[in-house]
Amino acid sequence: MLPPFQTVLDEHSAAVMGILRGAVGRDGAEDCFQETFLAALRAYPKLGDARNLRGWLLTIAHRKAIDHHRANGRKPIPVAEVAEAAMENGLPEPDQGLWNAVEALPPKQRAAVALRYGSDLPHAEIAAALGCSPEAARRSLHEGLKRLRKELA
Amino acid sequence: MKATIDPRTIDEFRARAAEEGLLDVAYATADSPFGPLLLAQTSRGLVRVGLPNQDSDELLADLAERVSPRVLEAPAELDEVRRELDLYFEGKLDHFDLPLDWRLSAGFRRRVLRAIDRIPYGQTRSYTEMARRAGNERAVRAAGSACGSNPIPLVVPCHRVLRTGGALGGYGGGLPMKQALLELEGVLDEKPGP
Repeated sequence: MLPPFQTVLDEHSAAVMGILRGAVGRDGAEDCFQETFLAALRAYPKLGDARNLRGWLLTIAHRKAIDHHRANGRKPIPVAEVAEAAMENGLPEPDQGLWNAVEALPPKQRAAVALRYGSDLPHAEIAAALGCSPEAARRSLHEGLKRLRKELA
Repeated sequence: MKATIDPRTIDEFRARAAEEGLLDVAYATADSPFGPLLLAQTSRGLVRVGLPNQDSDELLADLAERVSPRVLEAPAELDEVRRELDLYFEGKLDHFDLPLDWRLSAGFRRRVLRAIDRIPYGQTRSYTEMARRAGNERAVRAAGSACGSNPIPLVVPCHRVLRTGGALGGYGGGLPMKQALLELEGVLDEKPGP
């Protein structure tokens, strides 16, 4: 049984906004946030399974972030926003070079790294967000990290 | 990760959802002399009024299941309902002019509630009479339970239905509230005998 959409909004809006700020920056995030929740609201009554609403929303948010980058001709990600979001979480300040290197990763690897370390998601939810199996998510994350180590060595 | 969200972003989302016709159930809370009320409406009209002693989360979950899961808080959509209720509680309104959505009741119950909806301000009827108006004079108990299940109390004035002989009967919001509403409408003097 699906909970009232307001509950979904209340419980997951902060996570969605966090991810979007990391993915597209503060300005783009406002618009992507609305697009994400409008798309979710449109599709909501037909959603069969309420068990992973967060993963479902993050999948939509991820797609909206990709749309945003396409529409903006793949402008570089405003890295300062990632740092700020991470600070709210009490993490050490990420260094500029690291996030530039993350941005340069192939999309799936970049998303896996951002979702794992920017948004602190477990593998299962990263998989749900990316629309792949947990193994594939783990592999993307692993490949992404390997590449980062090489880049930053 | 906790990201703070500008309330304007949520407002804009809500406005765009309304514009797209996605607010299947819009709800808001309203103050009343008895405590907070939950008000919910669809494109057809007011569908649910939750009294202060009723659990809002349960009512919203019920609406999500029986009407549509697209349930969103949207106070502006309920401005007119709130305005008329305010006037009513001030004793300045004796007739609600609000479209109603009857979908949460059916059959005999709905016929009883429709009959209740026609009881004028400041008057009362008996459960027996409501049963008769709904087409089955002997179904007095069923008429009573239809009152008890009224999804739109206050606006559909089930507080105006009493036992034959004038005893208060029951009320979803509690008997003191029923008593106070009847006093407001000038039907009862302060605290009559039981």
